[in-house]
Amino acid sequence: MNGIEYFLTALRSIGQNKVRAILTTLGVIIGVMSVILLIALGESAQAYVEREFAIMGSNVLIITPGRQETTGMFPISAGAHRKLTYDIAKSIKRKASGVTGVASNCIGLAAVKFRTRERHVLLIGTTPDFEGVRQLYTQIGRFVSQKDVELNNKVCVIGTTVKRELFGDQQALYETVSINSCKHMIVGILEERGMALGIDLGDLVIVPLPSAQQMFNMEGVGEILVGARSQEDIPIASAAIKRIIKSAHDNNEDFTITDQDGMLKTFSRIFDMLRLMLTGIASISLLVGGIGIMNIMLVSVRERTREVGVRKAVGATRTDVAMQFLIEAVTLSVIGGLIGLSLGAFGAFVIHFLYPNLPIGISMWAALMAFFFSLGVGVFFGVYPAVKAASVDPVVALRYE
Amino acid sequence: MVVCNPMTNESQDSFIRVKDITKIYDMGDSVVEALVGVSLEIEQGTYVAIMGPSGSGKTTFLDILGCLSRPTSGEYWLKGQKVSDFSEARLAQLRNHEIGFVFQNFNLLPRASALGNVELPLLYDGVPRRERVRRARESLEAVGLGDRAHHRPNEMSGGQRQRVAIARALVNQPSIVFADEPTGNLDSRSGESIMMLFNELHAQGKTIVMVTHEPDIAQHAERVISFKDGLAVKDVWQRKRENQS
Repeated sequence: MNGIEYFLTALRSIGQNKVRAILTTLGVIIGVMSVILLIALGESAQAYVEREFAIMGSNVLIITPGRQETTGMFPISAGAHRKLTYDIAKSIKRKASGVTGVASNCIGLAAVKFRTRERHVLLIGTTPDFEGVRQLYTQIGRFVSQKDVELNNKVCVIGTTVKRELFGDQQALYETVSINSCKHMIVGILEERGMALGIDLGDLVIVPLPSAQQMFNMEGVGEILVGARSQEDIPIASAAIKRIIKSAHDNNEDFTITDQDGMLKTFSRIFDMLRLMLTGIASISLLVGGIGIMNIMLVSVRERTREVGVRKAVGATRTDVAMQFLIEAVTLSVIGGLIGLSLGAFGAFVIHFLYPNLPIGISMWAALMAFFFSLGVGVFFGVYPAVKAASVDPVVALRYE
Repeated sequence: MVVCNPMTNESQDSFIRVKDITKIYDMGDSVVEALVGVSLEIEQGTYVAIMGPSGSGKTTFLDILGCLSRPTSGEYWLKGQKVSDFSEARLAQLRNHEIGFVFQNFNLLPRASALGNVELPLLYDGVPRRERVRRARESLEAVGLGDRAHHRPNEMSGGQRQRVAIARALVNQPSIVFADEPTGNLDSRSGESIMMLFNELHAQGKTIVMVTHEPDIAQHAERVISFKDGLAVKDVWQRKRENQS
């Protein structure tokens, strides 16, 4: 008897009792479905966070003053250190390779007022490269220019939320607002970007760096953002930056370079952990499903003692009988796995339908894993019943009432 | 009627030869001796009936001859091969190729069609599907059930079921057919037609060994062996075979 015949025999046998087959494999169905869904959810959450990071600009290096043992999170400055300056930013741009833009930022909170309306917003004092590095472009008007920075022009670019709150439907371009009681002319309005990691990218005001330095009474810059040309350029750029700043700081490494990648990696690690945990929990239900299959197969062996006897009487070997029952268990389990996979995919579809923002989908590896896992469950829990079936004594079985 | 001692014409190349066969069942607290030392020979083409009261060991003996179980001790030679030494896999092969078995309770697979049941021995012999179906059909036609190939056992009468069982027993062209009370669950008319079928098989040269407790049935056989308390106590030739002088 060959593999195909075993398989056909198994299918016939399963087909003869469909309801029981479904009930038997229900555990595997639920197990695979939950594994599939949880993996899909985990991956979608990860993809979501990655997308949020991408909104904030990709391949960005953040230089902050103060030495920080980084593991990728936002650095918190501490201790005595030299300030970062606009001049350093300029020399980075001039000397470092693999760099597309360098923005010097001074960030704080400020009150923006137009006539009687006032709003507290995030104020970013920066240089023209900010636009490209953070990929935050203006929709109307222009961004802060190099001239604005050099001449300390009192101009500003506002986000869409600010525009809406202060001006409503009115024209805002070239109006004058007072920021912390200092008048600035609006020269641009940012495009709508929505939220990124909980920050409303429309609720901010951008001014030239010197203007913010004056307002916050700061000499240096709070952070320097460096845009790398590509992912591969990040380490090169990072090394170059380190060299440049160190030489300016008497060879002291009193600053920190964080790359967005590093932060992303930290998030990925957290998600991997979470996913592993969820998958582990879901696997327990798969295990229970396997035990269900074994249970029913054992009952089935008892019930079909006579069948085994008949098959042996006409020439089935122990192997034939064992293979028949084993393949039946595996087939049941795999059918359950496939049903669970479809239900999981359907569940993902429903979630996608309910939360269109969540990038959810069934990955190939999750589908393959579900398939092979249910196969493995079938083999593992099918062996014992199969061995039991094979050891049936035909003489007893044939006269079994 | 000729009474003869089976031990007198012992020869190595007998079709079936058993020597000092015992079968002891260990039931835990007690031991049951089903066979206590049976020796006999059966020549090819003989139609043998085994009779005896229940518990005499006749069914146990048939199971051993049919390679469904092994003797506790003793030798069993079939077609010059020492079957009592065979591995389980070789016994399975022997059951498949050389032996057809017919039971009192038919022992058909209830959810398979007549054809599916008859195909079964061929399935385990590795016969390809197309040929399997062809041969199974032929076998069903030979027992007069060509039109019932797709009926399930529960859609057939007892007599028809037993015919399916016989078709299954014959499909792989075995040289011996063992029957265990083949008419025990049938009314006398169906039983009679089944016996006609066995007579035909015998006429075709098959060796038939049939366990029965009905003397009427045993009438059909050439030779009647009687069992009692695990021993063959009587061995009677009722008539000479046609091909013997």
